[in-house]
Amino acid sequence: MATFSTNEFKGGLKIMLDNDPCAIIENEFVKPGKGQAFNRVKIRNLKTGRVIERTFKSGDTVEGADVVDKEMQYLYSDGEFWHFMVPDTFEQYQADKNAVSEAIKWLKEQDICTMTLWNDSPLSVTPPNFVELSITETDPGLKGDTSGGGGKPATLETGAVVRVPLFVQTGEVIKVDTRTGEYVSRVKE
Amino acid sequence: MLAAIRRFFDQRQVLEVETPLLCRATGTDPQLDFFSSDYLAPPMRQTLFLQTSPEFAMKRLLAAGSGSIYQICKAFRNGEAGRFHNPEFTILEWYRVGFNLQQLMAEAAELLRSLLAADGLPMPVVQISYRQLFRDSVGLDPLVFKRETYAAYAAEHGLQDAISLCGNDHAMWLDFIFSHRVQPAMAASTLYLVYGYPSIQSSLARNCVDDPRICERFEILVNGVELGNGFFELADPVEQEGRFDREIAYREQNGLPAVAKDLYLLDALASGLPDCSGVAIGLDRLLMLATGSESIAEVLAFPLANA
Repeated sequence: MATFSTNEFKGGLKIMLDNDPCAIIENEFVKPGKGQAFNRVKIRNLKTGRVIERTFKSGDTVEGADVVDKEMQYLYSDGEFWHFMVPDTFEQYQADKNAVSEAIKWLKEQDICTMTLWNDSPLSVTPPNFVELSITETDPGLKGDTSGGGGKPATLETGAVVRVPLFVQTGEVIKVDTRTGEYVSRVKE
Repeated sequence: MLAAIRRFFDQRQVLEVETPLLCRATGTDPQLDFFSSDYLAPPMRQTLFLQTSPEFAMKRLLAAGSGSIYQICKAFRNGEAGRFHNPEFTILEWYRVGFNLQQLMAEAAELLRSLLAADGLPMPVVQISYRQLFRDSVGLDPLVFKRETYAAYAAEHGLQDAISLCGNDHAMWLDFIFSHRVQPAMAASTLYLVYGYPSIQSSLARNCVDDPRICERFEILVNGVELGNGFFELADPVEQEGRFDREIAYREQNGLPAVAKDLYLLDALASGLPDCSGVAIGLDRLLMLATGSESIAEVLAFPLANA
């Protein structure tokens, strides 16, 4: 794998740090006029999602990480693993609980998502920013109540629970922002 | 801004000068990486450097009897790019014959306050020694280096990286802690004049007569950003040559590009540099500050990426 010098650091670059794959978020070049130059770097550990700050001596090199994002279709779960497929090549991957984590609660079978691969094995799954899912269960709302009001919990077909306005009923399809887990709107069939 | 600067020096009868950007020799400072170019004059081929600052040429003028001088010019530092750095930038550098460091600090503050006083309120000035500032913000003595003490401080304040990077290098420890802890903690919108730098960071400044651990160097900082750097200029050619030799040796040991010492400068010092103080200010950063810009690219018509 290639190595990168600190002056090649930029947002999005994937590097190895303490044996974990990481993505650079931000790189600040710090240099006194007469003295040692440093790079202060904000880095996301792609395994744990944690953001840390590290300082490098300018000119130091680190190893790159073989991390790529691929569009995949979610196929099914066998209870232990979740199976995905690259639509063009029919190549299949199985991801464990750590990799799918929270993302899976927004995905139903056949849905397209982004899979992050590290050395060709699944590292994490990112659902689309917006998904459309139908409601399997929610308390019936009061007739005539069309305002946002307090809202109520609704369980979706994937098992996720979101707060929806009182007028939304079981069986309806809604649009949800997966980044915040919030209801956006009803979807007309 | 340029017109106001020229007016300021005109009123004080400081002469504007121009010196070559393309030079035969350049600074030996191991922390500065330079650009070099090939000058073709068949059958010869000569390496010429783009200046990292106009300091050497201006000192030659001073030694030749120019009196107080200033210059606004481009300087070049290889590999320096970031929010506050562009490899090609604009320097204002001036020398005052007969000024000590205190007089020059006062003049620099006067100039900067006149340029930054756009909102009607002049910027408050804090003059503080490096040692005091360092002690106040981190509680360590920058003049006394004990690895264990510094490492304990770093471990306690989440600077673990410093321990592996800096090792036993006192100067690097100071740079690390100053940039990571001291600069960010400085009061905003205040003009800091930090003087009395440790001698291990003396560069081209004279060491203090009464305490050789500190040198006659000051820096100007605003909002934690370094704007300028000034010295009571080293005039002793023997001491200067010694510093050149040490830096050249350091470059060799650390595999850095080789440079030759500037013999013209040493000759000029030998012929006699008048007692003087000089300071250089980064005009791009000053413009950033005056316009409230977040990045140096905002104040450059064509930053390196579009140059």
